[in-house]
Amino acid sequence: MTAPTATAPEREQPEGEPAPEKPALAADDLFDRDVLPSPPGATAVLLRSLLAPMRARVALTTFLLLLQQAAVQAGPLLVAYAIDRAVPALRDDDHGPLVAVGAGYLLCSLAAGALQYAFVAAAARVSQDVLLDLRGRIFGHAQALSVDFHERYTSGRLISRSTTDVESLRELLDEGLQELVTVVLSFVYIAALLLWLDLGLGAVAVASFVPLYGLMRMYQRRAGRVYRQRSTAIAAVIVKFVETMNGIRPVRAFRREDANDADFAVLNRRHERTNGDALLEMARYVVGSRLVANTAVAGIVLWGAYRVADGTLALGVLAAAVLYLRRLYDPIDRLGMFLNSYQSAAASLEKIAGLLAQTPSVPEPAAPKELPAPASEHPGREVVFDGVRFGYRTGGEVLPRFDLTIPAGQTVAVVGSTGAGKSTLAKLLARFYDPSDGRVLLDGTDLRDLAVPELRRGVVMVTQEAFLFSGTVAENIAIGRPEATREEIEGAAKAIGAHDFIAALPDGYDTDVRKRGGRISAGQRQLVAFARALLADPAVLILDEATSSLDIPGERAVQRAMTTVLKGRTAVVIAHRLSTVEIADRVLVMEHGGIVEDGTPTELTAGTGRFADLHRAWRDSLA
Amino acid sequence: MSTTPALAKASTEERSTVRALLRLWPYVRPVRARLATAACVAIVASCVGLVIPLVLKWMVDGPVADRDPAGVWLGALYLLLLGLVEALLFGLRRWLVARPLAGVEAGMRADLYRHLQRLPVAFHDRWASGQLLSRGTTDLMLLRMFLAFPLTFLLVNGVTILVGVGIMLVQDWTLGLVILGPAIPVMITCAVFEKKYSAVARRAQDQVGDLTTVVEESVLGIRIIKGFGRHRSQARAFHELSHTLRGTELRKARLLAAIWAVIVALPEVAIGAALVVGTVQVADGSLSAGTLVAFLSTALALRWPVESIGFLLAMSQEAATATDRYFEVMDAEVEEPGGPDEPAAVSGGGPRGPAVRGAAAPTRAAPAARLPAAAAGGGLRFEGVRFRYPDAPPDSPPLLDRVDLHIRPGESMALVGATGSGKTTLTALVPRLHEVTAGRITLDGEDIAALPREELRSMVAVAFEEPTLFSATVGENVLMGAGGDAGEEELGRALAVAQADFAHALPQGTGTQVGEQGLSLSGGQRQRLALARAVVGTPRFLVLDDPLSALDVHTEAAVEAALRQVLADTTALIVAHRPSTVLLADRVALLSGGRISAVGTHQQLLRTSAEYAHLMSGPAAHEGPEGSREGDGR
Repeated sequence: MTAPTATAPEREQPEGEPAPEKPALAADDLFDRDVLPSPPGATAVLLRSLLAPMRARVALTTFLLLLQQAAVQAGPLLVAYAIDRAVPALRDDDHGPLVAVGAGYLLCSLAAGALQYAFVAAAARVSQDVLLDLRGRIFGHAQALSVDFHERYTSGRLISRSTTDVESLRELLDEGLQELVTVVLSFVYIAALLLWLDLGLGAVAVASFVPLYGLMRMYQRRAGRVYRQRSTAIAAVIVKFVETMNGIRPVRAFRREDANDADFAVLNRRHERTNGDALLEMARYVVGSRLVANTAVAGIVLWGAYRVADGTLALGVLAAAVLYLRRLYDPIDRLGMFLNSYQSAAASLEKIAGLLAQTPSVPEPAAPKELPAPASEHPGREVVFDGVRFGYRTGGEVLPRFDLTIPAGQTVAVVGSTGAGKSTLAKLLARFYDPSDGRVLLDGTDLRDLAVPELRRGVVMVTQEAFLFSGTVAENIAIGRPEATREEIEGAAKAIGAHDFIAALPDGYDTDVRKRGGRISAGQRQLVAFARALLADPAVLILDEATSSLDIPGERAVQRAMTTVLKGRTAVVIAHRLSTVEIADRVLVMEHGGIVEDGTPTELTAGTGRFADLHRAWRDSLA
Repeated sequence: MSTTPALAKASTEERSTVRALLRLWPYVRPVRARLATAACVAIVASCVGLVIPLVLKWMVDGPVADRDPAGVWLGALYLLLLGLVEALLFGLRRWLVARPLAGVEAGMRADLYRHLQRLPVAFHDRWASGQLLSRGTTDLMLLRMFLAFPLTFLLVNGVTILVGVGIMLVQDWTLGLVILGPAIPVMITCAVFEKKYSAVARRAQDQVGDLTTVVEESVLGIRIIKGFGRHRSQARAFHELSHTLRGTELRKARLLAAIWAVIVALPEVAIGAALVVGTVQVADGSLSAGTLVAFLSTALALRWPVESIGFLLAMSQEAATATDRYFEVMDAEVEEPGGPDEPAAVSGGGPRGPAVRGAAAPTRAAPAARLPAAAAGGGLRFEGVRFRYPDAPPDSPPLLDRVDLHIRPGESMALVGATGSGKTTLTALVPRLHEVTAGRITLDGEDIAALPREELRSMVAVAFEEPTLFSATVGENVLMGAGGDAGEEELGRALAVAQADFAHALPQGTGTQVGEQGLSLSGGQRQRLALARAVVGTPRFLVLDDPLSALDVHTEAAVEAALRQVLADTTALIVAHRPSTVLLADRVALLSGGRISAVGTHQQLLRTSAEYAHLMSGPAAHEGPEGSREGDGR
């Protein structure tokens, strides 16, 4: 194993994952600890930007709630009116006030119901639209971020960003915010009504909110700490869970079940403890706030009753005040629930904001250019590496300085030992990365100036890992060119030798790859990946170890297809099995990020260089 | 698109919220005393709240009317005491259940994890891990919340409402009846709502699962999406799904809004009616003002219990759905540990292999005596093995049919076959990751179906085509393949065999964290570590699935040289695609049409089997670049 430098054992990897080494550098620790840097206040900015487009509807929703609360809070006022006015009026045979009370109450009740409906529906619309927007942003942003980001920010984290973290925002919006607005509005209404009914009683009620506020702040502080611990604990549980389920075969084969149970139990217990802590914090808050509220009620009733006894307060007013007081303090528990969801949503939003603050290291061009019309009738285009330098961000250069011209229509095989820079070359050409210096040109146009659709008409890469998306086999092939007809899809499959096995599947091309009987072997998946690439019909095709799981007849079929398919196309073929080299017009041997041999296969095989050695070793391995 | 296979089943069965929730009992049982106490405490607290209006009535009709300051003080004192009791009782309730319920959630999660680890591999083939994860997290959280609130408060609020109504009826039965008026319409609405909501809630939960799957795939397949510039169409698919989800959520919200509207409006109308009737009675003098205040105060105190029924039912509904989803997985049958007591479940099914010469096979004493090489039934033997994936249609042709193969003790056998011929599947049968449909496999004469799985898997070491590393150090990952007593020495030796010495050069050497949360290694590096893991325990039986596919020619040659020594005295089955790998083995078996069609040395098979020669002849090995079109020119 030739390692380019001592600190970077294997910088480049056969199957297309660059090894972004993670030594103890600060930048990498951020990834490891799942805290991405985000500018200060990014969370608030994110929340604001999510709500900004909904401003009108938020206003409407608030207005609906204002009306609804007005209708609801009118009740005790009507009680006071009934006791203090309607009763004496009735005794004077005046039914007017009573009718007014009855009609008023009926109207308020119906209005409260109808407005409640309107409010809940409108609020749900706002919150669902915010979530839709946020989900879309996370998804879109994650897709726009470059491959090197994905290699560092494991899939589990992205999944939990777009599921559990979005979910906690949903709770905040659905339960928390509605709750908060309702509570605040009813507080304002009730406080105002109490003050209007009787300044003194109202003032006492308002004053009682000072200790309540203190309690709330204390709870918020303490719960915040517990919540952060809890969210870390659940994240650890999730990672362990996902890892076990995705690696179930080795888990079983190596009898890891019991050891895993033990590991999981530790993580699970930690979460259980923090979860219990969080629930107990809530219990403390509830007791405290209830104590304050009930003491205040007792005090207000004492004073009010005293004054009614004095004759300085009407009985009806006291009755209304007592009824209002109950309503005033009722939602305190719910305020706790809001704080709950706020805490966890804040933690989640912070993580989401960190993700969204990542800028794609391979950005789309601001002013995209178009590729010039093809020079000949052949689809191939010329590729030029012009003074390209490239190093992974953890230091060390993989390509120190690299110049290469591949004429249009040429098939180039790249060979070399692990770590020589072959895959890096392929990824720069596919624009998975941008060079740190220099340019990669396609028919004279910098790849960085091409919009994605134009770029992918130009360059397509088939890698070793052949992932299938859920859906049918035909749909998986059609990823190469979504508008392709069934004939074209089958044509591509036939050309690559995949037709026979596909036709033998239970539903042929319409077999769902995730459903019954849809098991597809690694070699077959690579054939599907090839068919996909054929269908895409690019000017430049990159094959990075694309045949490693195929058996020899499969590989041979692919190569037969390639000789026709690649005709007139520019192709870069990376392989550690030299069989692929046979179809190439030109062979490049790479070592330490540079080209050490360059020639036709026949020339190099006949020579005495590294390629001749490799070729002999390979011939021997074929026995 | 749906990744929940059991969905169809769940929707055809008559579902009942109560029946679903009753299944939680085994988990609730250990904490039932706490929960029951908490419920009683909550009922008492709630009833204390109902006494408060009575104190008010007493104050208004007594001390206030009589202008008796001392009485007012006494009343206020009562109020204060009741308030304190109420607050403390509610706190006590939460304190009682906090730790136990966190425990129930954790217990259910641990059970799920334990169960999933032991479900057949075929189960995991069908279920996306996102779906499993959402059961282990969101669904369990919903269940904990259900036990904490709806379960208790449906009872508490029910009792509170009954007591409250009783108090009102006692105070004035006409007013009480007026208040009771809307009870029946509200109940009917709730029942109708429950049905509709249940269906929508389930749909929403499944759509979330599907959305998770799209996210997962878009992350795992990111290179393909980027490579073909398809992130827009991927985003479109995501948008469609998330729009559908939004639609479902909005329907859910509208149902909820409707129930809220009914639950808010109808009782208010009744209170209004009671107010009018009460006012007339007070004017008549047939009712005291205090009674009316107390009455309305009680009615208002009942507002929250009544209103909350809507969302408590909704939460119960969601909890029932979560329970269904949880038990969907828990009901799947786990693998039996296997062993002598287990009837050899499969051997009766199909035609026994032609040779049941296992008569002389050493029986249970075998594991003690290492390498009973001489025994006729020794080594690894497949007899009439037939296999069809359990989820394949029963009338479909089996993937493997009548596989007969004998690998002698200490012998290594290469397994060659065309793409998709079932090689990987055959290797999965040996450690019983899948169960044979008929026939049997014996290790040194012992039927693997009669061995405890634990023991079987300790005898057989496997390296998979997909080299998975776990979040642990390099050393731990490799030593997983050995018993507990293996140490540095074994680790070093295994790394040397697999040419994985790069591990020593990693930042923290073999103590470097790898896997999901650690250093990401290349495919070739992972493959070599997986190989080291397979050989570290010097297993008696070794199953290698294309173990060198990701290695370059030089590394491959070095691994082969080292591996040859290991294979010298190990019984091994090696899936091979290439002549170089085949040459590791003593003999080769050709898997074709679901059976072993030829066995022999590489050279023999090259001569006698056209199919083998076709599979093994290097493409254009003897020709120039242009001639490769016609293959090997045979």
